[in-house]
Amino acid sequence: MSSSVATQSSSQPSPPATGAPAAPPRQQRSLLSRVLARPEVGALAAAVAVFLFFYAAAPTFRSLPAASTYLYASATIGIVAVGVALLMIGGEFDLSAGVAVTTAALTAAMLCYQLSLNVWVGVVVSLVVALAIGFLNGWLVVRTGIPSFLVTLSTFFVLQGLNLGVTRLVTGAVATPNINQLDGFDSARAVFASDVDLGVITLNVTILWWALFVAVGTWVLLRTRVGNWIFASGGNEASARAVGVPVRKVKIGLFMAVGFLAWFLGMHLLMNFSTVQAGIGVGNEFVYIIAAVVGGALLTGGYGSAVGSALGALIFGMTTQGIVFAGWDPNWFRTFLGVMLLLAVMVNLYVKNYAARRK
Amino acid sequence: MTDTIAERAARDLHRGEPLVEMDGVGKAYGAIRALEDVNLTVNAGEVTCVLGDNGAGKSTLIKIISGLHPHSEGTLRVDGTERHFGSPREALDTGIATVYQDLAVVGLMEVWRNFFLGSEIRKGRYPLAPLDIKAMREIADTELQKMGIHVKDINQPIGTLSGGQRQCVAIARAVYFGARVLILDEPTAALGVKQSGVVLKYTAAARDAGLGVVFITHNPHHAYMVGDHFVILKLGRRVLDKKRSEVTLEELTAEMAGGQELAELSHELKR
Repeated sequence: MSSSVATQSSSQPSPPATGAPAAPPRQQRSLLSRVLARPEVGALAAAVAVFLFFYAAAPTFRSLPAASTYLYASATIGIVAVGVALLMIGGEFDLSAGVAVTTAALTAAMLCYQLSLNVWVGVVVSLVVALAIGFLNGWLVVRTGIPSFLVTLSTFFVLQGLNLGVTRLVTGAVATPNINQLDGFDSARAVFASDVDLGVITLNVTILWWALFVAVGTWVLLRTRVGNWIFASGGNEASARAVGVPVRKVKIGLFMAVGFLAWFLGMHLLMNFSTVQAGIGVGNEFVYIIAAVVGGALLTGGYGSAVGSALGALIFGMTTQGIVFAGWDPNWFRTFLGVMLLLAVMVNLYVKNYAARRK
Repeated sequence: MTDTIAERAARDLHRGEPLVEMDGVGKAYGAIRALEDVNLTVNAGEVTCVLGDNGAGKSTLIKIISGLHPHSEGTLRVDGTERHFGSPREALDTGIATVYQDLAVVGLMEVWRNFFLGSEIRKGRYPLAPLDIKAMREIADTELQKMGIHVKDINQPIGTLSGGQRQCVAIARAVYFGARVLILDEPTAALGVKQSGVVLKYTAAARDAGLGVVFITHNPHHAYMVGDHFVILKLGRRVLDKKRSEVTLEELTAEMAGGQELAELSHELKR
């Protein structure tokens, strides 16, 4: 109590105590230990392995246009997977993300075509719809306490039915009419689905958007207060609540982020093909989840990364396209997927145990 | 370590002054009455021990004071003002911090992130403003060093620390952020003798710094080492409420062990 003359308020840092017992000097953990503790390590190793494998197996895989192709395939998975990864870190699932993509695209397409509106009106309205779906998912989960697996499974079925039913009602078919003659289509296409010439390589703009979303996701997770709250909400919800983290808002926000990204992909698909099949998107929810898990996200929450989800998506994209480039039967893809997922989960388990081990 | 707690503790604490007063507080979950007619006063600079077996209502009591569940009967006053907490944030804002036994920290997050969780330092006030990671690391590092908690690396996941160290980090955090009332939920339940000793020392240090401490436990030996006032709950009711001068350790132990019931049981089991 000898140095309790301090008069500063509790918000100011106190000067270092001089009378403190000599502490052993802080030491950094070894580089290997720190690198292995990153969630992305397993996915990075797997991505390199898959790349080298197809590089060796399929000569056409080595060209730049091939890179553009598999990056594009990766982006169409990776965009939503970023949101799904964040959501899983926050401790929840979203099984409705795959069909929500289609819902957003259908909403925009049918609204604009039926009412002959500017495409951008549909873009904005479908954004509102997608965010509302995310909000509803999140609100139901935090309000009822029912596991998000069940809540979003219900949403999945509801949306799947609505996608088909409403499309059939409105258009009389299972696809929307072509909207490429409407006002604003060209500018919307430029934003969501144009090709960008980078000199050495021509990339679909979605790849750039994907990179942006991954960067933003990483920034939010590691460098902002919200990111801290996401990790805490998934890692130990009760503890997070007890220190004043608004867990419910965080979770609802995460579901809405997934909604936003699903909307974005939906807009891409619509502007790319100018028509939407009402039945697509089913099954993709698992692809997003697998990408997140391969990228190091724990199913139990509290651990994972946005970059990891991108690596997971990249592994996916390289494999789907690599099999084609190698001239193999694409039916093997699902088998590969299963093996990949199992390996990823095993690596993650090992990494988690390593990270949590007492040192 | 007492130095730091004393430096950190709020200035306006006067020993013996009531910080939290509960009067006839009760809580019903549907038809189940988890807590009935509990009177409890938490004074500054004193340790109030709440003892009880499993299901005695200890956790319900904590949840009411810490804002996790609002009470359904009676009054809860903090600094003389009647309160009805809707969230832990509201309780925290009045200076009531709770350290939970196993919920104290998020195991997979770094030590410094845990230290500042819910009270992060940011470089701006706008949404998504970057965290001041450097400052937070340094402060957490200095604070823990001063308290004699030696972690190898402030960036390691807190799950890699021992149970006692985790509790101490959580207590240090609560005190650093200006807690006036500290609720410790079974802080020693999962710990060995040595680790328990560390936590008890912290409890005493917080008391000496003028904080009001509520120490929840089912171990009368630990309670008697630091307590000034003892309350024993049984099936949601108060069965003992005495000052340290009015009660002995034997009395506490007997009452905790079941008192009369235990005597009867031992008689029955006698061959």
